[in-house]
Amino acid sequence: MHFVVCIKQVPDSAQIRVHPVTNTIMRQGVPTIINPYDLFSLEEALRWRDKVGGEVTVLTMGPPMAADSLRKALTIGADRAVLLTDRFFAGSDTLATSFALSAALKKIGDTFGKIDIVFCGKQTIDGDTAQVGPGIAKRLNLEQITYVSGINEVDGEGGTVTLERRSEGGVQVLKTNLPAMITMLEGSNVVRRGRIDDALRAARAEIVTWSAKEAGIEDVTMCGLRGSPTVVKKVFAPSPRAEKAAQVEVGASPAESAEALIEAIFKKAPKIEADLVKLASGY
Amino acid sequence: MIDEKFDAIVIGAGMAGNAAAYTMASRGLKVLQLERGEYPGSKNVQGGILYADMVEKIIPEFRNEAPLERHLIEQRFWLMSDTAHTGMHYRNDDFNEEKGNRYTIIRSQFDRWFSQQARAKGVILLCETTAVELIQDAYGKVVGVRTDRSGGPIHADVVVLAEGVNGLLGTRAELRPRPQASQVALAVKEMHFLPAEVIEQRFNIKGDEGVVIEAAGTISKGMAGMGFIYTNKESISVGLGCLVSDFADNQTSPAQLLDLFKKHPSVAPLIAGSEVKEYAAHLIPEGGYKAIPKLFGPGYVICGDAAQLNNAVHREGSNLAMTSGRIAGEAIYQIKSRRDPFTAENLALYKKMLDDSFVIKDLKKYKDMPELLHTQASNLFLTYPQLVAKAMENFVRVDGTPKIEKEKTTFSSFRKSRGALGLLGDAMRFARAWR
Repeated sequence: MHFVVCIKQVPDSAQIRVHPVTNTIMRQGVPTIINPYDLFSLEEALRWRDKVGGEVTVLTMGPPMAADSLRKALTIGADRAVLLTDRFFAGSDTLATSFALSAALKKIGDTFGKIDIVFCGKQTIDGDTAQVGPGIAKRLNLEQITYVSGINEVDGEGGTVTLERRSEGGVQVLKTNLPAMITMLEGSNVVRRGRIDDALRAARAEIVTWSAKEAGIEDVTMCGLRGSPTVVKKVFAPSPRAEKAAQVEVGASPAESAEALIEAIFKKAPKIEADLVKLASGY
Repeated sequence: MIDEKFDAIVIGAGMAGNAAAYTMASRGLKVLQLERGEYPGSKNVQGGILYADMVEKIIPEFRNEAPLERHLIEQRFWLMSDTAHTGMHYRNDDFNEEKGNRYTIIRSQFDRWFSQQARAKGVILLCETTAVELIQDAYGKVVGVRTDRSGGPIHADVVVLAEGVNGLLGTRAELRPRPQASQVALAVKEMHFLPAEVIEQRFNIKGDEGVVIEAAGTISKGMAGMGFIYTNKESISVGLGCLVSDFADNQTSPAQLLDLFKKHPSVAPLIAGSEVKEYAAHLIPEGGYKAIPKLFGPGYVICGDAAQLNNAVHREGSNLAMTSGRIAGEAIYQIKSRRDPFTAENLALYKKMLDDSFVIKDLKKYKDMPELLHTQASNLFLTYPQLVAKAMENFVRVDGTPKIEKEKTTFSSFRKSRGALGLLGDAMRFARAWR
């Protein structure tokens, strides 16, 4: 069977900084990672490949350096990686992204074998829209199952998949026809560590790289900024906290340290002291 | 087992490992490099002075692309008492030369770049992969490694151990002893971010010019150690290091010392208003010549910090690491191109080449220095700095005391604190260790 996992390279949100003057996210120098939600989909695809046989292809759209994320996916165990990169894709919103990825998925199906399941992440940590997966499903006419907490059975011969989907008020057990588009919930599995032979293979693997034209996209006005109707009205950073952490000198004994600490707290918030005094006076 | 066999496996992608991998791959050897960090430099803390000459010997045109912060035009040595510093400043416009001699760098960025150059030469690099065990054959020859990933082991003709001061591979296989607490310093460092203009104003520099301050004295509370301040483009590295054994004996924490250093009236204004983005700590080998383990054996060589190749007196480490890596690579290439086996006998070539280089010659020169610094720590780092500060104050403070009396007070304070014989002895011991 052929599973394709769509991944996105995102800035590591743990290490991101906001420019104090322009309020924009400073992407320069911030390390990138595979969107964490995508990893659960990748792991699920690898598990079912190991169980029922077949191949896992990872696909991403992004700048040339997005190849790093693909290589990491290969290290984890994917069989093949496809990078969709072109200046026409710059500035894509979710509509344009799902358009480009759908074209690439068609080409992947034609080139490397018919796709049974397209896996996407639940959402990205930088955009948080959760729209690209459903967009792909609609464009490619795939059965769409989002927020999947577990896959029970993949039946290649029957052309069906049985899975559990988290929904409001409970868990749905669903069976649907292939091909399908699935997004996995976080925590639905534990992402593996690639074997040493996977790591070796990944380090040397050639990443299939396609431009818009090579992916079979003829109308580039559907891509990138031109194909993106989303308008960003305003970007703002949450206002920084007015009060910063303060340092209290350590005293000679623990009791003295505690006294210095409580004194500093009371000085900042007299109400706490007043309340405590009131409370204590009752005894 | 992995069927494929490599000419060499390099453990670590720091200065020594990258230099060795680059040297071998650019001569056509099939090299596998293993790095436990997420990317080369991700585990590195140094930040840091880069010595151009040693990089040039490996990548002559490095200045065009390598991530360099500032070229150094000024060096300050500070002898510190609690409220004062007595300094020597050396500044020379000749260091504004076309090809700078020393640069400040941030290792996490530099190592990444260095590794890219090595990979461009054909090195296969696996990150997030820790080598956990050396594979030895029945005769004790190292023939490969096992990693923390499933599958393997991976075999090679020779293994280059550039795994850093604390690497476990060499110690586990008993190829080198575990460093003693008295042979390693624990250095802590903070990165203080400030706008470039502020840094330039505070240090009286412009453009890419940079300043280094190295400081010793009461800041280390009588332990053998030093503080440092490096100017980067938009940050200042502030840190200090002392021997681990001293920290243990004195029950002092590095964070406390660093805090004192930062609050010192000579340091505080330099970093005022900065934003601290990083706090990091690392061990530095300080054992000197006498702590160097056996550098080679059947199927392996040891380079860089793992081999204690660090010149504590001149604060040089990364260049010794880089040079030892390059020399190891050259020696391995020579042996390989003669189609000789990687026996201990043949790998002795590495040791011979290293002995002939500045690396071992410099370390040999200061072979007695670590001992002197450690045994005389309280005199050298506590008594003398205070005496010097007092002497300077006597010299410059005008308070109506006749100068002749001031000089007498100064001399007698030295004699009283250390005794005439002690002073003479310290001077001689120091001269001998320096020779």
